[in-house]
Amino acid sequence: MNKKRLGVFKFASCDGCQLSLLSCEDELIELAGMIEIVHFLEASSRVDPGPFDVALIEGSITTEKDAQRIREIRHQSKTLVTIGACATAGGIQALRNWADHEEFIASVYAHPEYIETLSTSTPIADHVAVDFELRGCPIDRHQLLEVLAALIADRSPRTPRHSVCIECKRRGTVCLVVTQGLPCLGPVTQAGCGAICPAYDRPCYGCFGPAAQANCPALSTHHLAGATTETQMVHALRNMNAAANVFQIESDRLESGST
Amino acid sequence: MSDNRKITVNALTRVEGEGALHVRVSGDQIESVKLTIYEPPRFFESFLRGRAIEEVPDITARICGICPVAYQMTSVHAIENALDVEISSGVRALRRLLYCAEWIESHVLHIVMLNAPDFFDCHSGIELAEKFPDRVNDGLRIKKIGNRVLEVLGGRAIHPVNVRVGGFYRLPSRDELTELLSDLRWALDAAIDLARWVATFDFPELNIHCELVALQNDDEYPMNEGAIASTIHSPISVEEYEQHFGEQHAPHSTALQSKRRDSAAPYFLGPLARLELNQEQLFPAARKLAEEICPPIPLRNRFHSIIARSIEVVHALEEAIGIIEAYQPPPEPFRPYQHRESEGCAATEAPRGMIYHHYRINDDGTVASSKIVPPTSQNQLQIESDLRDYLPRLLDQPDDIVAAECEKLIRNYDPCISCSTHFLTLEMERT
Ligand code: SF4
Ligand code: SF4
Repeated sequence: MNKKRLGVFKFASCDGCQLSLLSCEDELIELAGMIEIVHFLEASSRVDPGPFDVALIEGSITTEKDAQRIREIRHQSKTLVTIGACATAGGIQALRNWADHEEFIASVYAHPEYIETLSTSTPIADHVAVDFELRGCPIDRHQLLEVLAALIADRSPRTPRHSVCIECKRRGTVCLVVTQGLPCLGPVTQAGCGAICPAYDRPCYGCFGPAAQANCPALSTHHLAGATTETQMVHALRNMNAAANVFQIESDRLESGST
Repeated sequence: MSDNRKITVNALTRVEGEGALHVRVSGDQIESVKLTIYEPPRFFESFLRGRAIEEVPDITARICGICPVAYQMTSVHAIENALDVEISSGVRALRRLLYCAEWIESHVLHIVMLNAPDFFDCHSGIELAEKFPDRVNDGLRIKKIGNRVLEVLGGRAIHPVNVRVGGFYRLPSRDELTELLSDLRWALDAAIDLARWVATFDFPELNIHCELVALQNDDEYPMNEGAIASTIHSPISVEEYEQHFGEQHAPHSTALQSKRRDSAAPYFLGPLARLELNQEQLFPAARKLAEEICPPIPLRNRFHSIIARSIEVVHALEEAIGIIEAYQPPPEPFRPYQHRESEGCAATEAPRGMIYHHYRINDDGTVASSKIVPPTSQNQLQIESDLRDYLPRLLDQPDDIVAAECEKLIRNYDPCISCSTHFLTLEMERT
């Protein structure tokens, strides 16, 4: 069997998702024997040109050059998988999409004229076709291993689309919404993390992005009827997946006051 | 070989985040050395404005996936400094435990997977594993144990969820922590072996005198707090940081670079600086090991960074074991506090060097402004200056060798380019 050729590419991001691959301590060496790492700057100084059987993409598009670069990678890749909230939804840096870009730059830099970035941070799928999206900020390494195993075996990866709530029940965590009235995003957030936050006595802040059939308006109505303010709800939705479609629509709706 | 040479490393490898290096040489004169950071800026300081202080540790963690704990710790300490929140001693110990775990994880990743391959002409840790399977496997196992501590105490290893202003959301039980002890004890022995192996590497000689800066603390090896000490200037308090150090945004620079306000000379942060300024605070096994394998002070050879990092792993493991053995859950997970208009700052030691945060807070508990100075923006000028010193001896080699050797030098600083909250993209302007 020919080894699959793997490329790992980074755009605007924190490195955390590709680090998840290096955090597969038990599997890493074995994995490296089953695939050929062709391009993975963080891990190897051997850098070969494409094509790639599998391209893992971390990070969002925030410059014209990166928009061009992702198109080139797409051309060279058979299967393209986005890893993490940056690549899948624009990441935390998509908060710029709501801001005055010029003012953002000027507040950090003495010489704004030297900076060249787009005024938006957009997911990879806005630019090229994506074959599979892996959620999370960061991704869960077990899910990453499932995706790689599937791609090595030429089958489609299987990751759940239900909400964090289901994982809480499985973990036996007492519901924070029911018992403490906390503004948890678990009901609208996709499973995958194993419901970590509620197990640590804090509400989910949506780092895996919207679950299938997430009903955000209903959740807002529920939380706003309690102690949660509108600003808190807007901010909860505007984190690492702020620009994920249904989170964005809901935070904009709340902000425009049409509740 | 031509007189005018342009040596370029288009994509630095085995560093965290992405950058490039451009060197211009004319004859035997080094005309310019530029470390280019092409990470696009992500504007953290801008979008923190208006967010509740309670959200800050979750947001700043996303600056860097390699050292999220450093960002979380520095944020919460700075905010607590603003609001005069005194954390309990038990919480303080747990925060050190979390930081120890990040040092273990981040340092061992760097030692085994990123840096050690350079000493054996390997392209990656995976290639290194073919030559030294036991060493690499032990390294990965130590790293995993560091990650395990992060998972138990923080909820997960990358972007932990348990840190909050005033303390933690949930305190671990004694059992949850003591279960980690046997693995940590194994890791301590393995880390001592690993460090001894590292000390046998063949180190290039690159002794460069410069100012080393690290936190210093009377009671402990510095992580969460201390005065800002230096090998040249007298120590200052963290509150005085911005009076003495400033960031510049020079037209030909690709990043905000930090330097002392009153001096053109760069300064150097990280494990070598910490070890030089704090060797007496090492725990016993680390101290004994340092006596055995650490080159004599002053620590000037940049290539010895990997030794310093290895000694710090041993210290962090010893300290983690000590904290867990003594652990009794504190009476409350976090101290309550009141919102008010205020400002505060903090500096802590990220694995790759000192990191500084400053926040102004509005009376409703939202962030009015923030300033974040990551370690790599402080080391950047020093890296360029060291490259300028290193290059002359390489110039009779072909370009690809020069480039590869420069890259090896750069890896010693464990530069974390992703943590460039506000590094910017810019083509080099050539004259
Ligand atoms: S999704 Fe989160 S963890 Fe992954 S690269 Fe982006 S900021 Fe980092
Ligand atoms: S509970 Fe929510 S915020 Fe927490 S890790 Fe899981 S998806 Fe992310």
